[in-house]
Amino acid sequence: MNRQRLSGWGRTAPAMSEVLSPASEEAVVDDLAQADAVIARGLGRSYGDAAQLSGGVVLDNRSLGGIGAIASDGVVTVGAGVSFDELLNVAIPLGWFVPVTPGTRQVTLGGAVAADVHGKNHHRDGSIGDHVLEMRLVTPSGVHTVTPTSEPDLFWATIGGMGLTGVVTTVTLRLIKIDTDKVLVDTTRFACLDDVMAAMVAGDDDYRYSVAWVDCMTRGASMGRAILTRGEHATRRDLEATSLDAPAPAKLRVPFNAPSGLLNPLSIRVFNEAWFRSAPAHREGEEQSLGSFFHPLDGVGDWNRLYGRRGFVQYQFAVSDAEAECVVRAIERLSSSGVPSFLAVLKRFGPANHGLLSFPFSGWTLALDLPVGPAALPEVLDDLDEMVIEAGGRVYLAKDSRLSPGSVRVMYPRLPEFLAVKDRVDPRHQLTSDLARRLHLVGR
Amino acid sequence: MENAFGQPQNVVVLGGSSDIARAITKKLCAARAHTVVVAGRDQARLDEAARDALDYGASRTETVVFDAEDPSGASAAVGEAFAKAGGHVDLVLVAVGRLGQQVLDQSDPAAALRMMNVNFTWPVVALTEARNRLVAQGGGRILVISSVGAVRVRASAYLYGSAKAGLDRLCLAMADSLEGTGVRVQVLRPGAVRTRMTEGLPDVPFTTGVNEVADTALKGLSSAEAVIWSPPLLKYVYMVLRHLPGPVWRKVMDR
Repeated sequence: MNRQRLSGWGRTAPAMSEVLSPASEEAVVDDLAQADAVIARGLGRSYGDAAQLSGGVVLDNRSLGGIGAIASDGVVTVGAGVSFDELLNVAIPLGWFVPVTPGTRQVTLGGAVAADVHGKNHHRDGSIGDHVLEMRLVTPSGVHTVTPTSEPDLFWATIGGMGLTGVVTTVTLRLIKIDTDKVLVDTTRFACLDDVMAAMVAGDDDYRYSVAWVDCMTRGASMGRAILTRGEHATRRDLEATSLDAPAPAKLRVPFNAPSGLLNPLSIRVFNEAWFRSAPAHREGEEQSLGSFFHPLDGVGDWNRLYGRRGFVQYQFAVSDAEAECVVRAIERLSSSGVPSFLAVLKRFGPANHGLLSFPFSGWTLALDLPVGPAALPEVLDDLDEMVIEAGGRVYLAKDSRLSPGSVRVMYPRLPEFLAVKDRVDPRHQLTSDLARRLHLVGR
Repeated sequence: MENAFGQPQNVVVLGGSSDIARAITKKLCAARAHTVVVAGRDQARLDEAARDALDYGASRTETVVFDAEDPSGASAAVGEAFAKAGGHVDLVLVAVGRLGQQVLDQSDPAAALRMMNVNFTWPVVALTEARNRLVAQGGGRILVISSVGAVRVRASAYLYGSAKAGLDRLCLAMADSLEGTGVRVQVLRPGAVRTRMTEGLPDVPFTTGVNEVADTALKGLSSAEAVIWSPPLLKYVYMVLRHLPGPVWRKVMDR
């Protein structure tokens, strides 16, 4: 027995589970046959309790490796336990890049599918689920080969399904061609939230990648000052010297837990100020490496330890364009409550895909990192839930560690459809997680 | 399941009709608690506490009756409470206790035994049972109501204070023993609180109401602190008090 204490990236609400490492699809089948309650886990980058199961069995998908040959059209099949980092190390030197990447390379393909991750290009290219051609999925009712056409309902229940339909063992997706390992980046600084949002509405369609970092600690006229970075893959014509190098591994690590109060309103204010001032007012065509543009936080290993023993939560919500005001009010609510928040990330979303529990849909998304500690925080976030629900929006399950069961039902109205599919492939609801239990997503 | 802020959904309250337990339970229900099992001595008072829980947002309540003077029944009472909770129990709140009447109890061996049973032995047996169950389910939290009186025991309440002192220290060591298991034990040390238990006693400095204690308790659940002081300032007050020379201590505390 390999009992391990597991928690999410936010390091809150840990639980003990029995961890198994099945090295093949057959082993996954056996493990599912023997275990009473199971969830798969990748690199543990979900912020909350999505990939842990108190008292149950956790299948570590890292043993499901293997990267197939990349076909001439970019199609590749990889083990569900392969990380974006490992895939990019193979793909970039051959001139390929992933069609969608989250803010870290340290997630597995299996985890990415379960959360239907998005990146800075959602407004143009959708989320990872839009680029998956096929998956092998082990369920209690058998092994399925799912594609958007062969078993569309099971496919779209699994995309964004938080691992609750089965254990993904392989993912086939189509990579995109790149010429170089550089991105050409335009950076602009904005004095307030309204300005940056207007600029994003007006100009994001001209860029493949776009993201704004917003300061939530300032009030008054400079509330929500922001830095907008937008970019395109550089082509050979753009650069004097070209290369195709994989991103470098993290050079720095946080070796121990920082004291819980390290990130407090004062230190965060100082950091935000320095960071805002360090950005240029406007700069065009700056060459950045793929790593520093897409995965800036991967430069520091275990950065979640900076939040100390109590850990932190991430709150990410999405609302439609018509409800853009909700973004403004959310930042106002935070900055007026004195709850410290590190730089918030603001992005545009394109249309939703067919994922039954998938998060993104057309409009805006805002993500906030918040240290656990301030007494007002639980209530402030409950208020934000209400605002988001009123605006017809939703909170991202892969980031969640504190939603209530009632809210989730309103935010994800297709949950009954999801459960109908789940009932078919997992009638005893063997696949469950602490997140699923907390949000009453499944029967047990 | 407990959320990132230590707010539980399934709660077992031992000594659930005490004023502090009721105040904490109400706030837990206003947050995320939906199933609450209240256990205690008096069915009518338990029903009241259960109604409170429903009023404040719980969707299901159960009651368990036990006699804290009989520690041999503690294990079964906890078992019954867990069974009625059904599924994963996120928080066990241990609020069993009796202040007693020191001047009468101190010369009565039977009363001294009762005080130890209610304030120490019954809770320890119950904690042992709860510990096993939480470890088996892979995680959970225990919050034990101790007292600042456990930090340095006063002559004017030495039966109560020493029993709480024993319970308090046992819990801290139990917390250490559970490091790495996903189970956390925290002790809450309130100062004087205006409750039924202290009715008629004069207010001493740092006296609070039960709602303040409950607020502090909920904040404590979201922290990693083993000891939760209420009000928090008492932590520093007792750093001084506990080191006072005997004569000064007696003069200050047992006027």
